[in-house]
Amino acid sequence: MDNKREYQWAWLMVLPVVLVVAFSAIMPLMTVVNYSVQDIFGPNSRFFVGTEWFKEVLRDAELHGALIRQFIFSASVLLIQIPLGIALALCMPKKGAGVSFALVLLALPLLVPWNVVGTIWQVFARPDVGLAGVVINALGFDYNYTGDSLDAWLTVLVMDVWHWTSLVILLCYAGLQAIPDAFYQAARIDGASRWAVFRYIELPKLKGVLLIAVLLRFIFSFRIYAEPFVLTGGGPGNSTTFLSQSLTTMAVGQFDLGPAAAFSLIYFLIILLFSYVFYLTILNMDREG
Amino acid sequence: MGSKRRYIFLGLWLVFLMLPIYWLVMMSLKTNQEILSTFTLWPQNLTIDNYVKIFTDSTWYPGYLNSTLYVLMNTVISLTVALPAAYAFSRYHFLGDKHLFFWLLTNIMAPPAVFLLPFFELYQSVGLYDTHIAVALAHTLFTVPLAVWILEGFMSGVPKEIDETAYLDGYSWPRFFLTIFLPLIRSGVGVTAFFCFMFSWVELLLARTLTSTEAKPIAVTMTRTVSASGLDWGLLATAGVLTLVPGALVIWFVRKHIARGFALGRV
Repeated sequence: MDNKREYQWAWLMVLPVVLVVAFSAIMPLMTVVNYSVQDIFGPNSRFFVGTEWFKEVLRDAELHGALIRQFIFSASVLLIQIPLGIALALCMPKKGAGVSFALVLLALPLLVPWNVVGTIWQVFARPDVGLAGVVINALGFDYNYTGDSLDAWLTVLVMDVWHWTSLVILLCYAGLQAIPDAFYQAARIDGASRWAVFRYIELPKLKGVLLIAVLLRFIFSFRIYAEPFVLTGGGPGNSTTFLSQSLTTMAVGQFDLGPAAAFSLIYFLIILLFSYVFYLTILNMDREG
Repeated sequence: MGSKRRYIFLGLWLVFLMLPIYWLVMMSLKTNQEILSTFTLWPQNLTIDNYVKIFTDSTWYPGYLNSTLYVLMNTVISLTVALPAAYAFSRYHFLGDKHLFFWLLTNIMAPPAVFLLPFFELYQSVGLYDTHIAVALAHTLFTVPLAVWILEGFMSGVPKEIDETAYLDGYSWPRFFLTIFLPLIRSGVGVTAFFCFMFSWVELLLARTLTSTEAKPIAVTMTRTVSASGLDWGLLATAGVLTLVPGALVIWFVRKHIARGFALGRV
């Protein structure tokens, strides 16, 4: 597959992308690095504090809590959405009028502005006025996401599954469409079981799109902010306060820019590390064919 | 799995996706008194008061216009710069190409919260604060890397022989790209435009930080209207419905292209 030509002038073609992205990417990043090593009292009184903020946030129990909650949340998101997305993609019709109908319905949650997702689930899950809230309570479960930590956490998780599983479905569906019919015919002639077809034909072909799906889901679940903020405000207690929200409270609410910046750099490095491992895996797979 | 069971599973999932939206629409058509006093699956006293209230409030219209403007600007900018870049990534090796690609992707990963203030300072200092172009440019941070990524996939599906034949026939690169290559990946461009639209439309943290009045997005108008009026469930639901409409319209109009783009194979 790798028969690309060596051509340094190709840099001219990527230059516009580099310029546009660099404009918004580099200055803010430098500013955050600046914040992370300074103590800022006002525009003109700032002091260099070295790595003090980094040491402080690494000892901060509240941030540790948010980080752990974040990891548990992201792991749950991936564990639910990826298998569910694959299963549902396999259920999609391959062609016909049903396809565009199903695609429209599937894509709808993806097109809801993020804070409105919170609003929708707020009116849907409220135990007093929401359809889900009322029905679950009528079934005999004591459910109240505004009062109970576990309920709140589960509600945020279900909301995220509602919001984002479609992305996994769409990506996997595209991957499945790329498998030539000849593969299935060969399998039929060999008398392969449905499971064997999935395990030896579909899954290997889906590897590429699955890695993209995992990467995107990991990144976006790690920076989740608006949806739980609108739905639960991070509560009850701090049960649904994820990393972005802790950081925002720190940076905007308490104006603790230094520690917030230091911690976002750490947070950035975590995501970067994970993504780099994913990226290397993708590259290796491309090389193998 | 039999095909019947498969469709039942898919059908149930689609119902699950639609239920919260159904509920939102129903609530927007109920009176507050009905919402709070009785539990009804559909409105007993159908009312469009909430819609009237919003549509007679003139602060809503610019919100729609602002969102549409910056989303369109973003989609155009993203596609314009991403098309040649994706071509370069799909056809050539050049110094640092893999690192550059990864650097582009890292921009999706930056935690938004703490970057808000630096963003604000940056756009303030170049005099772009509270303009549509500011939001459009800020959103390119994640739409451009995604666009390059998706387009690269579609372009790699086009055989290189086509390029080579065109060059032998004496086509210049721009002419080849615009008249032969682009039509070949039309659906791919459609899918990419859809993803750019989607991510720019749903993102609000940056959009809200970079605007105050002139370019304020619709969903922010909605939040403010609602929080100003206290906990008015009917109005909240109506505002929610109205922010869903543009997205739903777009997906409806591009559904054919999306289906075709997906049939082409790779996203």
